[in-house]
Amino acid sequence: MTSSQEATNHPEKPRIATVSLAGCFGCHMSILDIDERILALAEIVDFARSPINDYKTFDGRCTVGIIEGGCCNEENVHVLEDFRKNCDVLVSLGDCAINGGIPAMRNNIPLRECLEEAYLKSPGVYNPSGTIPNDEELPLLLNRVYPCNEVVKIDHFIPGCPPPADAIFEVLSALLAGRTPAIAYGDLKYD
Amino acid sequence: MKHIEFTIDGKTMTAKPGQTILKAAEAHGVYIPHLCAYKDLIPHGSCRVCSVRCNGRIQAACVQTVSEGMIVENDTPEIHEFRKAILDMLFVEGNHFCMFCEKSGQCELQALAYRFGITAPQFPLLEPERELDMSHPDVYLDHNRCILCGRCVRVSQDLDNKNCFQFVGRGHRKRLKVNGEALAETDLRVTDAVVASCPVGALMKKRVGYAIPIGERHFDQQPIGHAIEEKNS
Repeated sequence: MTSSQEATNHPEKPRIATVSLAGCFGCHMSILDIDERILALAEIVDFARSPINDYKTFDGRCTVGIIEGGCCNEENVHVLEDFRKNCDVLVSLGDCAINGGIPAMRNNIPLRECLEEAYLKSPGVYNPSGTIPNDEELPLLLNRVYPCNEVVKIDHFIPGCPPPADAIFEVLSALLAGRTPAIAYGDLKYD
Repeated sequence: MKHIEFTIDGKTMTAKPGQTILKAAEAHGVYIPHLCAYKDLIPHGSCRVCSVRCNGRIQAACVQTVSEGMIVENDTPEIHEFRKAILDMLFVEGNHFCMFCEKSGQCELQALAYRFGITAPQFPLLEPERELDMSHPDVYLDHNRCILCGRCVRVSQDLDNKNCFQFVGRGHRKRLKVNGEALAETDLRVTDAVVASCPVGALMKKRVGYAIPIGERHFDQQPIGHAIEEKNS
């Protein structure tokens, strides 16, 4: 089967892909926080590209793509676009994916000022060459940090910093069962 | 005293002459979501969160008084979407970082968004440049979080008799200003009623942040308006 055929045919089990863009991995920790329910989840889904299994590329179409973090550099944008292309449903997980979160605090400060503060001026910085990292290998930073839904279409949002495990479990169960997610009052959090 | 009869969502209620829709509804255990209305201050009618359809027209329930036979629509899908859009605009017009805000869990704007089940803003974030005034020894003013509800303006005038805050500008240029170069130069004291009146984390007491553990904060268990609705059940 060629990869293009794979992309149009769903494998037997629904597949979930996850990624952390400009995030802190806290939302992924919260995924693990669904505790033993992750065993039941593993019975009914396969994990595709995800830091949980360390697969770094898509090898077929996925049912659900979970995005942690917003877009702070060009690589984030490429990965996010890749997720949109390969996943039926995209879920923004956590405040950073939804509104940029803590990284978006730099949005009102010019990029040069941010870099100078981090690499030159900040107390305790040891940087005798006085250069700001600018290697070709480093993804270029964007002018501001973008929420994911300003870059691609996002289908569902789970707010929180991090979102409670119960909220994540509810949204995943609902999507896999084909119903509309309904996050309980106590599980809808922005902090 | 003569009572006025009116209906909210088809339910007949009575109001005292001169009573606002908001107050009359509350007396009957009907919660109308609101933000700028505060205790017994003269209502401001600026945030429009309490908008209801009143005899077919959209009115702010905090300023509109009840009249005989008035038909009020409060809990309808249309009004729900209208209020949600207003709340969304309040979020995107400022810089609201709930994840580290000391007001989180106690914030009325956040609590309303929870009540309305808002998971993400439907409008693009404006990310305005706003000032942070830390000059006062006991109180700080973070304009990033200010929603221009005018509570502080009115409480400082009417309850504290001080006039520490005022609005300047119009439309999207409207800003809150303090009566002095900075907050420290005003007559504001930490014991003033105004300090507790801010519905969001804009006007905050220093050195008392994060005192209440997560799970025990005001809106952690029950949605805003719960206390009013409880009277009804």
